[in-house]
Amino acid sequence: MSQATMTQDTTPAPAPRTNTLAGKSLPRWSPIGFAAVSIALAVGLGTVAGWQSKMQWGLLAALFFVVLTYTAASAVEGKRQAKDRVATSVMWVCFILAVVPLASLLWTTVGRGIKVLDGYFLTHSMAGVPGFEAGGGVYHALIGTVEQVGLATLFAAPIGLLTAVYLVEYGRGTLAKAVTFFVDVMTGIPSIVAGLFLLSIMLMFKLQPSGFMGALALAILMVPVVVRSTEEMLKLVPNELREASLALGVPKWRTILKVVLPTAIGGITTGVMLAIARIAGETAPIMLLVFGTQLINSNPFDGAQSSLPFYIWEQYRVGSDASYDRAWAAALVLIAFVMILNLVARGIARWKAPKTGR
Amino acid sequence: MTTTVIPPDSPPSPPPPPATEAKSATRPGDKIFRGLSRGSGILLLVVMASIAAFLTFRAVIAISGNEGNFLTTFEWNPAGKPPVFGIAVLLYGTVISSIIAMVIAVPIAVGIALFISHYAPRKLAAPLAYVVDLLAAVPSIIYGIWGALFLVPYLDGLNSWLDTYFGWTVIFAKTEIGAARNLFTVGILLAIMILPIITSVSREVFLQVPKMNEEAALALGATRWEVIRMSVLPFGRSGVISASMLGLGRALGETMAVATVLSPSFLLSGHLLDAGGGTFAQNIAAKFDEANEYGRDALIASGLVLFILTLLVNGAARLIIARRKEYSGANA
Amino acid sequence: MAKRIDVSGLSAFYGTHKAIDDISMTVEPRSVTAFIGPSGCGKSTFLRTLNRMHEVTPGGRVEGKVLLDDENLYASNVDPVSVRRTVGMVFQRPNPFPTMSIFDNVAAGLRLNGSYKKSELADIVEKSLKGANLWNEVKDRLNKPGSGLSGGQQQRLCIARAIAVEPQVLLMDEPCSALDPISTLAIEDLIGELKERFTIVIVTHNMQQAARVSDRTAFFNLAAVGQPGKLIEIDETERIFSNPSVQATEDYISGRFG
Repeated sequence: MSQATMTQDTTPAPAPRTNTLAGKSLPRWSPIGFAAVSIALAVGLGTVAGWQSKMQWGLLAALFFVVLTYTAASAVEGKRQAKDRVATSVMWVCFILAVVPLASLLWTTVGRGIKVLDGYFLTHSMAGVPGFEAGGGVYHALIGTVEQVGLATLFAAPIGLLTAVYLVEYGRGTLAKAVTFFVDVMTGIPSIVAGLFLLSIMLMFKLQPSGFMGALALAILMVPVVVRSTEEMLKLVPNELREASLALGVPKWRTILKVVLPTAIGGITTGVMLAIARIAGETAPIMLLVFGTQLINSNPFDGAQSSLPFYIWEQYRVGSDASYDRAWAAALVLIAFVMILNLVARGIARWKAPKTGR
Repeated sequence: MTTTVIPPDSPPSPPPPPATEAKSATRPGDKIFRGLSRGSGILLLVVMASIAAFLTFRAVIAISGNEGNFLTTFEWNPAGKPPVFGIAVLLYGTVISSIIAMVIAVPIAVGIALFISHYAPRKLAAPLAYVVDLLAAVPSIIYGIWGALFLVPYLDGLNSWLDTYFGWTVIFAKTEIGAARNLFTVGILLAIMILPIITSVSREVFLQVPKMNEEAALALGATRWEVIRMSVLPFGRSGVISASMLGLGRALGETMAVATVLSPSFLLSGHLLDAGGGTFAQNIAAKFDEANEYGRDALIASGLVLFILTLLVNGAARLIIARRKEYSGANA
Repeated sequence: MAKRIDVSGLSAFYGTHKAIDDISMTVEPRSVTAFIGPSGCGKSTFLRTLNRMHEVTPGGRVEGKVLLDDENLYASNVDPVSVRRTVGMVFQRPNPFPTMSIFDNVAAGLRLNGSYKKSELADIVEKSLKGANLWNEVKDRLNKPGSGLSGGQQQRLCIARAIAVEPQVLLMDEPCSALDPISTLAIEDLIGELKERFTIVIVTHNMQQAARVSDRTAFFNLAAVGQPGKLIEIDETERIFSNPSVQATEDYISGRFG
């Protein structure tokens, strides 16, 4: 007991609180209550001051909330708890801040895109339709996207897969280190730079724009994504499996083909699909290398093609109400494609996940 | 060479016949497969090298014909007689818009990452992380038209508010009337776009904080926020830095979102709320259609600068990550 | 300073799995109580319920009462943060804050709990490091990172950190299991000194250690794997190791199982 009094002498501040465990605390509903009060206050003040922007109302409400929480909590529970509460509410606000644009973007795209999106829109090109008038469709762009992305996948998937196999199964030493590093760096190459690279090749060899050139640029963007995800998946395959197969006298390459790759196939598929989803939305390289057209061109090796993201950009640039409508409708098609690809890919990942995960 | 190498190998092979048989049976397949996978790796290096080589080659053609100073000219007129173009405005716009994006995105992303790793109810954590990842899946052109047709009108209010109350800072002074198609809006849009990458890398790092470090703080009677300040943030600092640099790399090279939102000009202005300015990628997208062959080379030259810029930023980010891995591995 | 702990009817869960079942015991102040028992019997889980660390584990849940001098730790108006402030803990593996210096590690808990003058802080840090028998080894390098110390030194640093905030109770979860014999001996000596001032509860796998350092010993056991752990008996250490009242205890101690 003498020691207790001693600590009280040296440290008057914390001592009273240590003697009893039960502190006063705010009721459980207090965050909701504070939120309601601060929103009411903000709306009231905003109306009185006549502020137009709802954003200001929101900012004001958030500010009131933080101040209210802090003062109430520090009065009742103490400063440390108050700080903790403020930190918690800041985290929540951060998350909401991220969700708001996503929700708004999806909402806008669906709301505006649904206007002209119908069977006609999906099955007709822009041939003979003046940009500022209503009508026309996205068929030529769909064909372009499917062909370019398909070709890109044809190049990128095997190369990416083999590179990942090299890094995980064979790679030792400087070469592997260099490849790993440059795959990482390649992930960060802006899509327009990949486009410029092929553009300089085109200028050099006097080539004409075509879907094929665009596909090559897309492949450059796709490879590092495939390598990264495949590598992760291959690393998840337990070494015991490889050793078991090798111990049976199976050569290494057959072990990889028959044991390692099949085990990781779910994750690899997911990775490839996510990569496809990523490149399907790329506009810049298409703009530089495929040029775009209003007509249906189903030959990716000859002449200009269109593509969905490029179509959106084109229609946006026309700048009429009708073309905006088409841009949103195409955006909706593109977003639906990408999101479905994403969902399916993640579904596969979950379904086919290696059992070692848990 | 090969023929001289094989004979010394084959004479000693008869004594242990089964071993060589086994070897020769496995070798071709292994060799081919190994060669293929190694070749793919090498191909990637070749592609990287040729990106640098081709861009440099065309850039040299462009710069040698340039009558202006490539670094300091405030003009982009490669079709003029004489051709004059420079990247000063583009470099400024690219850096400024990326800085705005970073200032907005990094704290919010760290907040979201902490929210998902340490605050959200455990059952919600995975779906919430997925929602943030969805932000990354949206194609940049869609961010672009959303930004131009929805966000820009919406930000008018914020712009005039900033002008009224923070106009004295000069950077927030709005000197001309017009829609918010300025570098500030671009910065906000870029911030939204780089949020997911910064969030997901930071989240990974925060989840790797050893449990025992967090429990040490908890057992001392730390609140949740204090646990984060004492254990989580110090451990995750380098991870957050590299995540931010990855985000920066994205922001620097973003094309379509900037091209749709910004109303470009070749003026260098400190007033962030005035329309105008430009970025490397945006300028390429905007000027490409009307450019002749020489004009394209000029754009390629500016692209080379962008390439080097993103290479440096991404390389630095990766090096930090790699160093961190070693550090945490040695510590574990 | 030291307080008595009264546990009654305490069960702990991980999700739906019950880890320990209906435990009641009394821990005397200013003494060392050791928990022994086979792996998985819930002794560490039980220890963590005594400062509400169990609920930090995802899915962790507790039923029952823990009274600290008549105050229930699990009463609805009790803040777990203040519980942990009152009941300190030392972990199995030494866990100094890797980015903090030795000084800052010891001062970490104090800094959380209020503002101190520099000289006060230095005094308490010195007192705590002396209390943990570490002062002479580190007094010249207080600004160096704590992760540079040896395992045994790190563990004593963690003890210094825990006693710096003057807790009522000190919980130790197998504090020596990651240490070599010499460091173990140093910690055991330290425990003997610390019990003058604190109520100490120690979980150990090492029965000789329990016999050496503790005044009372509690034996935990589980009926089968997957079944919840139970308290078999608690008594004077001497009695447990010479003449336990339950056959299972004797079997365990004499090495017939576990």
